[in-house]
Amino acid sequence: VATRTGMEVSLAVSEAVKLANADVIAAYPITPQTHIVEHLAELVAQGELDAEYIPVESEHSALSACLGSSAAGARTFTATAGQGLELMHEVVYVASAMRLPIVMAVANRAVSSPLSVWGDHSDVMAVRDTGWIQIFVENGQEAIDQTICAFRMGEDRRVLLPVMVHLDGFHLSHMVEPMLFPDQAEVDAFLPPINYPLPLDPAKPVSMGDFAPPIVFTEAKWAQEINLEKSKEVILEVWHKFGERFGRNYKPVESYRCDDCDTLLMTMGSYSETAMMAIDKVREAGKKVGLLHLRLWRPFPYEELRQLAGKAKTIIVLDRAISMGMGGPVASEVRSALYPLEKKPKIVSFIGGLGGRDISPVDFETIINRGMEIAKTGSQREFEIFGVRE
Amino acid sequence: LAMLADSIKAAKKLKNEEQVTWKDIEVGGISTNPGSACQLQTGDWRSRRPTYDFSKCTKCALCQIYCPEGCIEQKEDCYFVADMYYCKGCGICSKECPTKVITMIEEKE
Repeated sequence: VATRTGMEVSLAVSEAVKLANADVIAAYPITPQTHIVEHLAELVAQGELDAEYIPVESEHSALSACLGSSAAGARTFTATAGQGLELMHEVVYVASAMRLPIVMAVANRAVSSPLSVWGDHSDVMAVRDTGWIQIFVENGQEAIDQTICAFRMGEDRRVLLPVMVHLDGFHLSHMVEPMLFPDQAEVDAFLPPINYPLPLDPAKPVSMGDFAPPIVFTEAKWAQEINLEKSKEVILEVWHKFGERFGRNYKPVESYRCDDCDTLLMTMGSYSETAMMAIDKVREAGKKVGLLHLRLWRPFPYEELRQLAGKAKTIIVLDRAISMGMGGPVASEVRSALYPLEKKPKIVSFIGGLGGRDISPVDFETIINRGMEIAKTGSQREFEIFGVRE
Repeated sequence: LAMLADSIKAAKKLKNEEQVTWKDIEVGGISTNPGSACQLQTGDWRSRRPTYDFSKCTKCALCQIYCPEGCIEQKEDCYFVADMYYCKGCGICSKECPTKVITMIEEKE
């Protein structure tokens, strides 16, 4: 029977990694690291988790060590955040191109400068195009659930890709929440042991990360892209199986009170729960506004988004990062995904919550009202920054 | 070594690079044929080629040891000769040869 416990979400992720019975964890305590790897170090030191814990000398080395252990066929985990993700950037691409099913929790944070250890999505957006499966979780419970699911998704023979589990820095990673911890036996039944098809083996030598001249590079990249696109079927299947066993169901795009709505608010990450409160308020006031919550960031859920958002007239997207010189990355992708529709909704782009600034339910009401106004009268800017002092 | 020889044979049966489609690419671009790099004709980069005056040769094998490509073989007559399929024409063998057997000349073909 699952037990309900109050715990810091970072520690809960570590407990989920323990439940998943990871074989190797490589990590470096860069600022800002989280308690995820700190607690895993404790679990390994205390003999509660039978794993190799590799303390390396940098984040670049952390993910590099993960490449090696995953290539040897071990279930591999690491966690990072903000600057740490930037430092491992080069290796992030390698993990997906080499098709190594590493699972990495990322506590999403701002990147320097100015120096900030607080949360936003700037670090994620820098690794947007790296070929990993990327899932944004909404709360502590989901952080546990998606960490367990991530191993099964990534290690599936039809997928073989690394998975990032994104949880908002501080707003999630450092919060204490009540969460249900599944039974070890239940997790074991859900998550089969890893069985990598071509592990490093002296008896059967292979070379990995080969050189590709122009004549085959395009084919190699296309193979990788097709594989990531197809992984969505398996992601959906894993969520379905998880729902059957544990009773919590996940979809690539969640909708909240979206029926009969002309206007939709769209968020990604932990702000969605706060936004729900605002949706309830504005609906009480008689405005037909619903909420879309983007969970699956990569592979991008075009189909699901078009189904849910296609009928709306206005979609107000809140980004927690700026693509400097362009605008909101999520808004831009949503706009491009919906552009082929005959009746294109207006996309209103807001950026907010940068570097850990809170957005309260009342703030979300303001965003919704301002967004509806912009949809009617237009704005002089391509996007607006919520709450900036002019 | 026998295994490597088998792999090299297998590698030589691989598709011509120009016929490889994305479906032929192994998971993660893994190369499952060790030694398949021996297919690559590195000799076509060459702008200079080695020529030999074996009358000066002491068969010391220094040229073979120094060759970065590992393409110098000892023939049945015991002299050392570079395999032109792989030789990049770097001239290191010529530089290192203590008795000046090897002279580099311009590759004109």
